[in-house]
Amino acid sequence: MLSKMNKGVPKQKERKLKDFSDGSARVRVLTMVLSVLCGVLLWYLLSILPGVGVILAGPQDIVNDAMPELMSDGSDGQFEAYLLLKHIYWSFRRVLGGWLIAFVIALPVAFLMGWYKTFRNILDPWIQFFRTIPPIALIPLVILLMGTGERSKISVIFITSFLVMTVTIYQGVKNLDLTLVKAAYTFGAGDLSIFIRVVVPSAFPFILTAARLGVSTALTTLIAAEMTGTFYGLGSMIQTAQIYFRMDKVMLGIICIGVIGFILDRLLLLAEKKLTRWQ
Amino acid sequence: MDERKKKISIEGVKKRFLSHDGKEVIALNGVNLGIYENEFVCVVGPSGCGKTTLLNIIAGLEHASEGKVLINGNPIVGPGNDRGVVFQQYALFPWLTVKKNVEFGLAYKYIKETDPSTGEARYRKLTKAEKAEISEKYLRMVDLQDFSDSYPKELSGGMKQRVAIARGYAMNPEVLLMDEPFGALDAQTRAQLQEDLLKTWDTEKKTCFFITHDVEEAVLLASRVVIMSARPGRVKEIIDVDLPYPRNQATKLMPRFNEYKNAIWENVYQEYLEVKR
Ligand SMILES: Nc1ncnc2c1ncn2[C@@H]1O[C@H](COP(=O)(O)OP(=O)(O)OP(=O)(O)O)[C@@H](O)[C@H]1O
Ligand SMILES: [Mg+2]
Repeated sequence: MLSKMNKGVPKQKERKLKDFSDGSARVRVLTMVLSVLCGVLLWYLLSILPGVGVILAGPQDIVNDAMPELMSDGSDGQFEAYLLLKHIYWSFRRVLGGWLIAFVIALPVAFLMGWYKTFRNILDPWIQFFRTIPPIALIPLVILLMGTGERSKISVIFITSFLVMTVTIYQGVKNLDLTLVKAAYTFGAGDLSIFIRVVVPSAFPFILTAARLGVSTALTTLIAAEMTGTFYGLGSMIQTAQIYFRMDKVMLGIICIGVIGFILDRLLLLAEKKLTRWQ
Repeated sequence: MDERKKKISIEGVKKRFLSHDGKEVIALNGVNLGIYENEFVCVVGPSGCGKTTLLNIIAGLEHASEGKVLINGNPIVGPGNDRGVVFQQYALFPWLTVKKNVEFGLAYKYIKETDPSTGEARYRKLTKAEKAEISEKYLRMVDLQDFSDSYPKELSGGMKQRVAIARGYAMNPEVLLMDEPFGALDAQTRAQLQEDLLKTWDTEKKTCFFITHDVEEAVLLASRVVIMSARPGRVKEIIDVDLPYPRNQATKLMPRFNEYKNAIWENVYQEYLEVKR
């Protein structure tokens, strides 16, 4: 007892509290760039290992083999001119088209589901059912219904991004704080007015999140969508390259899809930051 | 008994809720209360006795399971901007600035004017400038004029409640229903807003229905204090506070003030004990 007391109060060390912020923009960007550079370096080192290099094409293979072939100006008559740009153009068109149509339809559908019980109960089982089906499984059906043209590709992308966006926006509508609705009622607001001035703005952050999720879903569905048969497109480029074991082209295709996704996501994130400063 | 005009009358109001497990909760069990035009009624009672429920019924946000609620002799069928509400949880729109929050309800307000050519009465909406003028006036009243372009998340709890109060005043309703509006405020801000409320009530007399936990606040503000009994809620007693208006913080120094305060406190305390048992 006495010996315990003699020890006295233990001295407290100065404690640094965890910083949960993102930190300065410069440090953040610098870290990201460094991370990417290190990744590329690691990839290069792996690809020059004798055992791995056979399977994994390195960045030098893309620069030496894939790029000259896919970005030739067509003057030597051997390769189609600027083929990579054409692949990118067609894939981008499909992703953007499918996503845009999906967004425009998901908005009213999600709000109707949030607003009307009956509508929600009718649609809910269908949405939950289709959400679990992998897009590749839909392809035979889509080809039968839509053929092998652009419509079938846009349809596949539309279905997957539509589902994910509808569910997300609907969550936002459900997330509504009912005391705000009560407050609006006491001011004498009607139902339409409450919908426009309370329900929609309160779901707004979810709409932007849905848009971002929709874009990434659209991109992940691209390969499946282009399985419906096409020559142009990053997805079909990857599939063809796989058949001929051109791993350099496969890697290039993957990088292109990733970069497109990254750019689109950043643009939407920027819009989100601008539009939801109140959060 | 009283020849004053009844603004609101509550007759035999019962309210039952179904809890999530299907049990019935009786929140109000036969409440009778008349609220006269331009009087200031404060409601005190233990937590869970149905004060907010009663306010919601008057506001038209909830329907009574039994009984009648009349305003100006007509049954209350729903919410309307003849009754303004200041909620216990501030209920500010987080995506709107302070100023836009105060102006939100003004979009539904019509003002009456006479047509200069025909002399007929007509109604029109408020102009943008008129709305701005109103929000400015009431934000100045709660001392938040410098925060008119802030978003609610940038304000402290007390400041949020002051915005909610400004929003309630700005609507200029016939009846103001307030649910513990000063409950979350510090003592100084609270005293300041009590004075402001008394001053406003003195100049533009309104019927006020004010819920509070604070007996001192009730005695300071009210012309009548309604004491509710523990759940299921009923009106236990109504006490006339016979202190002259205009009142201010100095009113608290009057000996009669303390007599009222102690009497009501004792009465309410019995109900608190009742809840504990
Ligand atoms: N929507 C609801 N569903 C079920 N029970 C409810 C509901 N609203 C209120 N109650 C019950 O009714 C009773 C009265 O609630 P009320 O909110 O009116 O109390 P109060 O007097 O305002 O309490 P406080 O002083 O803590 O705000 C409580 O027992 C509560 O559990
Ligand atoms: Mg309450």
